[in-house]
Amino acid sequence: MSAPVVEARGVGKVFGTGDAETEALRGIDLEIAAGDFVSLIGPSGCGKSTLLRLIGDLVSPTTGSLVVNGKAPGQARLDRDYGIVFQSATLLDWRNVQKNVELPLEIMDFPDAERPTRAREMLDLVQLGGFADHYPWQLSGGMQQRVAIARALAFRPALLLMDEPFGALDEMTREAMQQEVLRLWAETGTSVVFVTHSIPEAVFLSTRVVVMSPRPGRISDEIMVDLPPRRDLDTREDPRYFELVIEVREALRRGESGIGGS
Amino acid sequence: MTERDDLNRDDSIWETSATDVFASFEGDIPASGRRLSPGRLVRRYLPAVIAFFSVILVWEGLTRLFGVESFVLSKPSEILISFSETFGLIWGAGMRTLFEAAGGFVIGTSLAVATSLAAAHWIGFRQGVLPLAIVLNATPIAALAPIFNNWFGLTNPFSKMAVVAVVVYFPVMINTTRGLLEVDPAELELMRSMAASPSEVTRRIRIPRALPYFFSSLKVASVLSLIAAIIAEYFGGPQDVLGQYIVNRAQLFQFPDAWAAILVASILGVAFYLLILAAERWLMPWHVSFRTNE
Amino acid sequence: MGGANRRVARAGISILAVVVVFVLLWEGYKLIWTAMGWENPVRPDDRTMPHTWDIFLALFQPAQRNGPPFIFVELRAALMTLREAFVGFLIGGAVGFGLGVLFVRSTMAERAFMPYVVASQTVPIIAIAPMVVVWGGRVNLPQWLSVSLIAAYLTFFPVAINTLRGLRSPHPTSMELMRSYASTPREVLWKLQVPAAMPYIFTALKVSAAASVIGAIVGELPAGLRGGLGRDLLQFSQQFTAAPEKLFAAVLIAGLAGIAFVGLITALEHRWIGSHRRLAG
Repeated sequence: MSAPVVEARGVGKVFGTGDAETEALRGIDLEIAAGDFVSLIGPSGCGKSTLLRLIGDLVSPTTGSLVVNGKAPGQARLDRDYGIVFQSATLLDWRNVQKNVELPLEIMDFPDAERPTRAREMLDLVQLGGFADHYPWQLSGGMQQRVAIARALAFRPALLLMDEPFGALDEMTREAMQQEVLRLWAETGTSVVFVTHSIPEAVFLSTRVVVMSPRPGRISDEIMVDLPPRRDLDTREDPRYFELVIEVREALRRGESGIGGS
Repeated sequence: MTERDDLNRDDSIWETSATDVFASFEGDIPASGRRLSPGRLVRRYLPAVIAFFSVILVWEGLTRLFGVESFVLSKPSEILISFSETFGLIWGAGMRTLFEAAGGFVIGTSLAVATSLAAAHWIGFRQGVLPLAIVLNATPIAALAPIFNNWFGLTNPFSKMAVVAVVVYFPVMINTTRGLLEVDPAELELMRSMAASPSEVTRRIRIPRALPYFFSSLKVASVLSLIAAIIAEYFGGPQDVLGQYIVNRAQLFQFPDAWAAILVASILGVAFYLLILAAERWLMPWHVSFRTNE
Repeated sequence: MGGANRRVARAGISILAVVVVFVLLWEGYKLIWTAMGWENPVRPDDRTMPHTWDIFLALFQPAQRNGPPFIFVELRAALMTLREAFVGFLIGGAVGFGLGVLFVRSTMAERAFMPYVVASQTVPIIAIAPMVVVWGGRVNLPQWLSVSLIAAYLTFFPVAINTLRGLRSPHPTSMELMRSYASTPREVLWKLQVPAAMPYIFTALKVSAAASVIGAIVGELPAGLRGGLGRDLLQFSQQFTAAPEKLFAAVLIAGLAGIAFVGLITALEHRWIGSHRRLAG
């Protein structure tokens, strides 16, 4: 058994001070093994995005311990152990698609010659090879997100963090993108932490769904998704899939009304 | 440990207000008032106040210490003395200049609003006039001053008002037109669904929408009008206006007197600006929360 | 016809149209007012309102006995004034940019000095232009330098404000992205903030360019030596009763000088910033 890629014990986060204090997370215990695809799901304000950002050292925990890839989150960030994809593609609109993918490679001092090749490789991986010279405003939302994913994987991190990446896309594009992400996960072997508030999405993508309850955010349930690793359209019609969706939905309801949980 | 590690330990560049951070990614803004307590107000402006008085003190100190001649750099004390001694004179001059500025401001703004309404209404007019206005705005409009002096008379305040009017006209016209044209298609559809007439749409939607742009251009215009009046006076005018007074004093190397007059000009400029600000608050009370970028 | 050629042709036609309309309005005013015997607001006689063609012709007459044509002399004066303005513009732009970068890095610096930077605008800067030049002469600074200082002062404020706004414009998620790459503050500045700020900076530069030209002309007024536009405007103003066309022609050239400078900055903007990124105005 390899070491877990994320290990959280008793993690809590409080924003602000005095009157404006907000407790976003409380007592989070979570373990993510290498190669896992874990979804964090919960209602607005349950702290799932905060938890993702704690893992990425974009925010620091107030209590508890958090180990990412065997190190402190700050060190993991300095070592470039993870890539992140946000809900908005956040592409730089003065750079073309290829240059956008090269951005992390520039900052991480990859040799000049290697950058264009690596970038084009990643664009081929997300099937946007022909768009290297295009600019972000020329691409659709789904395509922009694919560029963002290519960028996040360009430096082959061990971990991929995704914060509701498909939230702004329409349903059909969303399903296609979900298929894409599963394919990339299988091909690259990256561990994934995926924040969403779509129950079908969480079940379809993950090996495990972590259900969170509203503020202060706690983990109210964890549901193993025992669907086969290769998933496609047929999976969406599999009875076991529907059962799991119902299970997650009920877990969410329980979490919201305060029953169960740690 | 590399330099990069050390630089990354400095978290100050990532600092934003904690509640804003939370709101931005959880999408869930906890209810909290954003009023500035007196304590925070003081803390915010204290550095500037301290800096101001320090600069004045250092300025005074250094000029005294090195015996700097007043034509090289006037001491603050000299300026203040001149200010109090010539107050009646310079304040009177200031009033006359303010009159020119205000007159030109009114004329220019009225013409600008009229043109904007026309431009918003008729596309052909707009396509001709708007680009022309943007180009003309790039010209040194004050260069018209000698023409107006000859047309209307050197000592006639109207010759200066004309310059002010032209200077003020362009920014107000351009910005107000933009504001009138910026319409939310959803609002238009709503009005249409209620069978509203075009003038109703103008009155209820376009004008309120244009007000922020209009007022921001008015604020610019208020500052510009005083400056334009003074510059116009530099091209020639009666003795008892600020511009001529400043130029005369400067040519005689009486710089503290000139600075005192400039102090008057600044005070008047700020007052004019604050007047517009007050008008804006009174007419657009709902907009105060929007003005975060001011 | 290529797209660019078509645009130039269209611009050319627009300019021609504007000139024609102006001539019609001017001459029309003269005709009607003369016929009706009206005198307000401006008298329509040839002394006060020379015919447009007289103004145009005056450009090609010699400015002085046996001298080069008026237009040459005035263009040279315009170039001199523009040169002074441009130097100051560059300095002010650099200072303004530097201030913007400083303020974005240090909140303390911003709190201490920003109110000043803003307050500097309430002092009518152009109002001290003549004084700066006279002072410069008294302390033996070359006149062009004083005028450049005025242009620099007029430029630094809009550039500083807009640089700051532009540097702060990227969405918070872009900052988070840069942090996820463990970027140094310098990398964040040059890879994210500065490119994002360019449209804002150019907007300020266009405003400053126009202001620098006025500042230069006004600065030249009291000293009145040298061959700049300011002195010429004053001189032709005094010669108005004898030869009014000269003043109008000179004002025309001054206007063109301003347009040329702003046009240059706009052209640079079009080259460096794609149309989808340009800010209005």
